[in-house]
Amino acid sequence: MTATLQAFLVVSAALFSIGLLAALSRRHAIFILIGIEMMLAAANLNFIAFWRFGPQHQPPIGVMVALFSIAVAAAEAAVGLAMVIAVYRHYHTTDVDQLNQLRG
Amino acid sequence: MNSAAFAVIAIFTVAAALAAATLPQLMHAALSFAIAFVGVAAFFFLLGAEFVGLALVFIYIGAVAVLIVFTILLTRRDVEKVRGFNWGGAIVAGAVFGGLTWSILKTQSLAIVAPHMPALTVKRIGAALMTTYVWPLQCVGLLLTAALIGALILVLEEKR
Repeated sequence: MTATLQAFLVVSAALFSIGLLAALSRRHAIFILIGIEMMLAAANLNFIAFWRFGPQHQPPIGVMVALFSIAVAAAEAAVGLAMVIAVYRHYHTTDVDQLNQLRG
Repeated sequence: MNSAAFAVIAIFTVAAALAAATLPQLMHAALSFAIAFVGVAAFFFLLGAEFVGLALVFIYIGAVAVLIVFTILLTRRDVEKVRGFNWGGAIVAGAVFGGLTWSILKTQSLAIVAPHMPALTVKRIGAALMTTYVWPLQCVGLLLTAALIGALILVLEEKR
């Protein structure tokens, strides 16, 4: 009995849904960033799983896409956390419900 | 691919991710986030992508988790307050998970086992990065430099 591709995809779907839960239902800006990072990790897991279970190519396409996706996610995390600090300096809060200056 | 190892890593990862999404204390959630990424890296090792797993450990647990902890400490005055929890988000996430799982389990062509594969060496990854993927590699380098400068400019002191 070995793990099939479906098992990996279900775990990846669970990770994505948990990331969505964190991004939608928490009011703290850092929680939203954590949720987005978790959804990106679920996408990376899908890339690697499809690469492993699919026909083998030369070069390894799935691994390459996952590597570039990790790099882009790291850049996104750095800029996002810098924005959290800038918003906190300006408004003295990181609660996204209180950042409603642009509300009509 | 060992299914016992798969089950252990799956339970570990999903439990840590759930803790990261639902724990009320921000610092506990950040540490659970790092533990969840240990689980994801273990999945990559299980799937034979050791280099990506190691890169994930270095980048997420070494850099992003530390960055999140620093941000929590820098915005600490705000952290102590009790946060509400929006149950609408839980309903949406549950619906997304149900729909995805249903469609994955319904697709019979996905019920396959892993074919035999020659080991993916770092030499092969490096050769591919320096030949086929050299243009995306340079673009990622430019993007990381721009993100570094942008993050620095964002956190500079505001001029009064």
